[in-house]
Parts: sequence; structure tokens; C-alpha cells
Amino acid sequence: MKQKKFDPQKDYPLASQRPDLVKTLSGLNFSEISLENVTSGKIPLQEIRISPKTLEYQAQIAEIHGRFQLADNFRRAAELARVPDEEVLNIYNAMRPHQATKADLIAIAEGIEKKYRAKINARFIREAVDIYEQRDLLKKERLMGETHG
Amino acid sequence: MAKSKRFELLTKREVNKDLFIQEWPEVGLVNMESPFDPKPNLVVKQGIVAEMDGKKRKDFDIIDFFILRHGLNLEQAEKSMRMDSLKIARKIIDIGISRKEVIHIFSGLTPAKILEVVKHLDTVEMMMALHKMRARKTPANQAHVTNRTENPLLLAADAAEAALRGFAEEETTVAVPRSAAMNALAVLVGSQSGRGGVLTQCAVEEALNLKLGMLGLTTYSETLSVYGTESTFKDGDDTPWSKAFLASAYASRGTKIRFSSGTGSEVLMGNSEGKSMLYLEIRCLMCIKGAGSQGVQNGSISCIALPLSLPGGGRTVLAENLIATLLDLEVASGNDAMSSHSDMRKSAKLMTQFLPGTDFITSGYSSMPREDNLFGGGNFDSEDYDDYLVLQRDFLVNGGIVPVEEGDVIRVREKAGKALQALFKEFGFPPITDEEIAAAVTAHTSQDMSERNRVEDLKASERILKENITGFDVARALGKLGYRDIAERILETQKQRVAGDHLQTSAVFDAGFQVRSAINDPNDYQGPGTGYRLTGEARRKLTNIPQAKDPRSIATRSLPDKPEMWIEEIGEAVIGTDRNEVVIGLGPAFGTHLMETIIGLPHTEVLKELLRGIEEEGVKARVVKIYETADCAFIGHKAAQLSGSCIALGIQSKGTTVIHQKDLSPLNNLELFSQASNLTIETYRAIGRNAARYVKGVPPFPVPTVLDNMARLKYIVKTTLMHMKETEQVDPSRSPRELRINFP
Repeated sequence: MKQKKFDPQKDYPLASQRPDLVKTLSGLNFSEISLENVTSGKIPLQEIRISPKTLEYQAQIAEIHGRFQLADNFRRAAELARVPDEEVLNIYNAMRPHQATKADLIAIAEGIEKKYRAKINARFIREAVDIYEQRDLLKKERLMGETHG
Repeated sequence: MAKSKRFELLTKREVNKDLFIQEWPEVGLVNMESPFDPKPNLVVKQGIVAEMDGKKRKDFDIIDFFILRHGLNLEQAEKSMRMDSLKIARKIIDIGISRKEVIHIFSGLTPAKILEVVKHLDTVEMMMALHKMRARKTPANQAHVTNRTENPLLLAADAAEAALRGFAEEETTVAVPRSAAMNALAVLVGSQSGRGGVLTQCAVEEALNLKLGMLGLTTYSETLSVYGTESTFKDGDDTPWSKAFLASAYASRGTKIRFSSGTGSEVLMGNSEGKSMLYLEIRCLMCIKGAGSQGVQNGSISCIALPLSLPGGGRTVLAENLIATLLDLEVASGNDAMSSHSDMRKSAKLMTQFLPGTDFITSGYSSMPREDNLFGGGNFDSEDYDDYLVLQRDFLVNGGIVPVEEGDVIRVREKAGKALQALFKEFGFPPITDEEIAAAVTAHTSQDMSERNRVEDLKASERILKENITGFDVARALGKLGYRDIAERILETQKQRVAGDHLQTSAVFDAGFQVRSAINDPNDYQGPGTGYRLTGEARRKLTNIPQAKDPRSIATRSLPDKPEMWIEEIGEAVIGTDRNEVVIGLGPAFGTHLMETIIGLPHTEVLKELLRGIEEEGVKARVVKIYETADCAFIGHKAAQLSGSCIALGIQSKGTTVIHQKDLSPLNNLELFSQASNLTIETYRAIGRNAARYVKGVPPFPVPTVLDNMARLKYIVKTTLMHMKETEQVDPSRSPRELRINFP
């Protein structure tokens, strides 16, 4: 049977209105997450978490209610859903003041764009680099040399 | 100079332990009206903003840039910025203008313009505005759950109780960072033992906080702090971009977030740039909106005493909350950190959020005594629960806390304790003994608990992180151990992280994990008859405090199964001829349907004392029952008509007594003892004596009475109920009856 199309106006909350649309990052159906399946070990517990597609649905719901920035956030999140925990933490730390050089941040942006097709995040990081440069928030290349030396 | 005793006393009042200062705008010690705040403007040249709020592009700081890139809707700004500020202010509280329309206008306002608009509103208008503008229709509340010793069992028990008490979110934190995972786990298990659907968090530094969210040991986070000046932002070791990225990181793991800001932090950190506290907070809020946060906790939060030290502090803090809602953000409206020594001042401040309603009335109501609050919070704590519940009942306001029965609290605390005990055993954590559980079930503070091995508990906490123990692992273990309902609920918290419905604005869950947010429970207030109304089951639940008594049971308490037959009617009362008598007129229910006065003096004793007093003066007494009226003055006046001396006493069942004289008008009298609650057995004897002294024509003694200003407060309900009983016995057609008194 063909799945009914997602309607951001009607399909919230997804958990009760459209569980059929919700899949975990690992590809499980929403209904498969049950105590029986968890205790019996029938389903693997890795990557039972929100998927990019579900975050895109939530972005569309936010958007039709006029919450554009929240939708942007969900779309950045959709890209990050596939990025491993450690890598996410590293990117965050690099974006803090004076933690990374321009080259570091640009490399990070390129990296996630290539590896995870995280275009929106890459653009977001590049935009930060541009502003950080103007406001002197980057780590100096020279200083980096010193610390390595 | 002479010293006034009154001034001396005032100096010692609690409110004067608070520090008050005058404004000093140059350094930013001013709430919302600084001469150094910029004038609003926005100059756009070829699609690029050349100037905002009087600042040229070359002078923009990181916050200006972020607001322009993400916070401000430039297209709308052209229209909104042209609008008159006073007109916008009026639209906010105009019930004919929808919330949506106001939000649309605000999406295009610069920080200085927002300040200019909000300055037009007085405190009551701000409350009206908050009532209309908050995002979620149904208000809620958040609890703090911590304890000084970081006892995980007590955390679980307190979390369970807080859940039962209706808090939609529970926030814990740490004394030492290493206990973060354990505290998060304890509050997760505890909260779901009390009620399903409670969102939980553990406030620690960002990286660890995110990790807890990734593991699913927490379901929300509100640690993302922002500041209104660039240098303060940098001191906080973040930028708007890093914070926005962090917000997305949380969302990517299905964790709800809200940012945190508030007036005063910039000036406290020494970098206010000479701007008013509210102006800087508006810049924060626009960053928060730009970062894509669904909401914010603000209202000065930990700096609350700073805005409150200056004129207009309460109004400014309210304005912060309001502006968050004008930017369409969920607001958890402070009231958590200690704001004053004065209970009166704290309550008044609370009312500005409590009465209009916010998404979370407090961003941390201390669910345990403040001495155990590791946030430095506890503005309102577990000892204030009943005060808070009564305030909800008084104003028919839903403040997000529900009345509970003691038995239910005991039950859920025990349930949480046992589940945690079993879980600890399963995971090989330091054992929890049955004795410890027994202590946790009844505990009020961490002092009621025996000491645990902190070192071992901390090791267990570290194991959680090292072994990546997740919310799923916890659910699975509890399911296997037979704690099925708790396991199901914890599993559901993990499942909801997969659906992400609670990432939308102002989302909370009900006990059945049905999400309630600004999407499916939007605030639709547009005047009387709209918006949230406390009605039906919710009203019954909230107003039904256990200490409320059945009024039918109060006044009849003293009536024995078989009324003592000590009052005997012997016929119609006649007008006396003895000039040496006092007639005592009893109220219609006296000694027959009511047996004691309002403070519980037995009618037999009272009457005995009246008679004794009269006899002591060598005067005779006759007792009659008055049926025609329940009014004390009329009872006395009627009795006086029967008295051979023209002098009579009238007494109501509740004990109010009058000395009356035949020729006086009914509402006049010789002496009235109207405060029955202040009359002692000795007073009744003195009253009897005085009545007799009027008969003899000698001056009465002053009857000593106590002045008790609380009497009316304490007894008005009982007075009403007793008077009802008295009135029931009134028979206007029944003339006074002569009585024979047989004291038992």
C-alpha cells in the first residue's frame, strides 16, 4: 500500500498521528520500539534515535507555523543526525571563541560537507568564520605554531 | 537627631535585608530607561544593512551580525520599523489583534525598537500582554531536584514526588561534575516512577550535558546561556554561532532545549557597555530566536537581586518574559533564584507571572528544602507548597502544581526507591539497603538520610559514561526486573526522542506521553471567554486541597448523639415583677442544637459562670429561650422586655453576649461582647456580675477582653456555620420560653 503523504498542517504530533512515517536512524519502524523487543534483545539498541527525515518533518511543521529559525535549526540537526557524537562535540568546541584557526574551521566545513552531505552546517560554519575573522575570534595561525612547537 | 522607635523597627524588617541602590546608567546599573540606550533605526542599502539602532556596519559586533543574519526578518522589518511604537504597544494588549499578528510585527523589530515599544506598557498591561502572548495555552511548571549530599536514592524519591505533584519538567545538577550521570539517572528513574511524561535534565557544562542527552539519560537541556554584549559572550566561552550549532546538536539527538538568559548578567560580568539591562536582554533574546531555540528561561534568573535593587526591577523582569513571548519563544519565567528576604515581596513578584500564566511559571521550583538546592535556588521551596496551592485555589489559576495526598506521595517515593535499588543491583552499583529506602520514603531533607559511600557512588557514575549506559539500557533492565510500568515510561521517553514532537515550541507531555505544545495547544487568548480557563476536572483537581474540610461537619462536631437534657422548657416566659432580677436570654440553638461556643467552651459552663456572676452580686437570675431571632442584640432586647429590673443578658450559641436594657433601642446596648472568640470562662462571670450591677445601680467593672486581630480571620467560617445552625432554630411565631436548668 502506498504511504499517505506527509501533511505538516495535520500530522502533528507524529508519534500519535503518523507513527507510520517515523523511523529510527537505524531504520526501525516506530512501532518496533517496544519493551518486549527491547528486553528480548530482538532489536539492536544502537542508533535508535531521530532520523534526518523525521527532523525534516518537524522542520516543515515549524515552518508552517511561522517559526523559520526553529525550522533552520531542525534542518541543521537533520544533517547532524548522522554525524557521530564525538565529531559533533569536536565541531562545537572548534566553534567556540579562539579555539580554531580559519583554516581549521574551513577544513571542518569541507569535511562534513563531503562526509555527511551537511551543506547547511558547512555554510553556517563558513558564515561564522567570516564574522569571527572580522571580530577577531579565531585562533591565530602563529599561536598554533607555538603551541605545536 | 531623635530616634524613632518605628524607624528602628522598620530597619529590622526582612525587606530591609535586601539591598537597594539608585540608578547609575553610565555603568549599566539601570533597568530599562538608560539615556545611553540607542534610538531605534534600520538603514538598508541594496539589501545590506548599513546601520542598525544608530550603529554603523563597521561597528557591528558579533551579536549585531548574528541578529541581522538570523534573528531579524529583514523583509518584515521595512514595515515594522516604520510603525509607531505606541501603536505597536497598543496592539499587543488589544484583544482584537491576534497573537499571530503581533508576532509577525515583532519579527521585524530591532532590539532598540522592541525596547521602545515595551517601555510604553505598565506592569498590568505587561501582565495582560503575557496572558495573550505566551505560546502554550495550558501553563506548566518546572521543579529543581537536588540534594547537598548527592544521594541518588533521595534524588529518585524527590523526583518521584515532584512528578506526582504535577511538574512537567525536572532539573537536577551536580555538586561535583563526576556525579552528573548518576544524578541524571536517578532523576530519570524517579520522575517516571511518580508520573509518566516528565521531562528531565541535568545542568552541567555543555559537552557533558550534550553527552547525557545523547545517552538518553536526560530529555531536555536549558544550559545554553547567551549574553547581550560581545565581551560577555566571549567570557562565557561561546559565540552565537557556537550556541546555535549546539542547539542543533541537541535537536539531532532528539533532546529538547531552551536557552538561558536574563537581565543583569552583563553588568555583573563588568561589560554592560553602559546599556540598560533590558536592552541587553533583548539582544540576547534575538540571538536565541536566531539560533533556532524553541524557548528560553529568563527573568533575570540567578541575577534577580540586581534588577530588583533598582527602581522598576519587577516590571523589567516581567518585560523580559513578555519579550520572549513576543518573539514567539517558550518562556520558563524565573522565580527560581532567591529574589528577596521578604515573603511579601517574593509573592508579589511571583504574581506577575503566576496570574497571566507562562509556559513554566518558575524555571525551577525547589521541590526539596532550599538548604538542599544546589542551584542556589529555592525562592519557593517544598515548605511553600501549600501556600502555592492555596494561591492557585484563590485565583483559580493553574500554576502547574497539583494537590496530593500524603499516602500517594509515600507510595511513589517507595516505588522509585525500590526501582533504583533493583537497578543498582543489576548494574553492580553500590547497594541501596531497605533501611535507606525507608528513610528516603519519609525524608524531608538530606539530613534525614544516612551517609552513603560517596567515592563508590561516584565510581558508579563514571561507569555510566564509560560503559555508555543509555536510557534504553535502563528501560530494559527495569523491564527484566519486573518494574514494568516504570520501564515502559522510560522506554517511551526514548521513543519520543525518535519522533521529536517535543522539540517544537513549548512542548510538554501529559502522563500518557501525549505531547502538548504551541502547535496542538496554542494560546488562543483574545479576551473574555477565550484562552485557558480553569474549568471542569482540572479545576476540581487543583482546588481540592486535602486540608479543605466539609463545612457540614464543622459546626455539628460538638453535638452528641443524645443531646443532654439539661435545659427544660416549663412554659411561656412572662414579664417579671422582681426588680432584683437579670433575665438571661439564650439563643435558639443554645444548649440544645449547639453545645459549645465558637472556641469550644461548653454551654453548661458558660451559663454556670453567668449565673454565678449574677449571684455574687446578690441578684437573682431567670433563664429564657428566645426563638424569634438569632441576632444577639435582639435576643438581649427581647429578654430585657421580660426582666423585672429591665436589665437582661442575651447570649448566642457561639458565645457573643450583650447586656441590654428594656428602654434602649434593640441595636443600642449597655455592653456588647462581640468577639466571642476572645471570651474566656472568667469573662462570662464578669459579664454576669456587671449585668447584676446595672440592676443594683452601681458602676460596672470594666470587663477585661483580649484584642486579637486574627480572631475574625480564624473564626469567620465557623461563625458563619454556627450562625446557620442558630438560624435554623428560629421560629418567629414562638414566644420566649421559661427554662429550668438542671446542670449535669
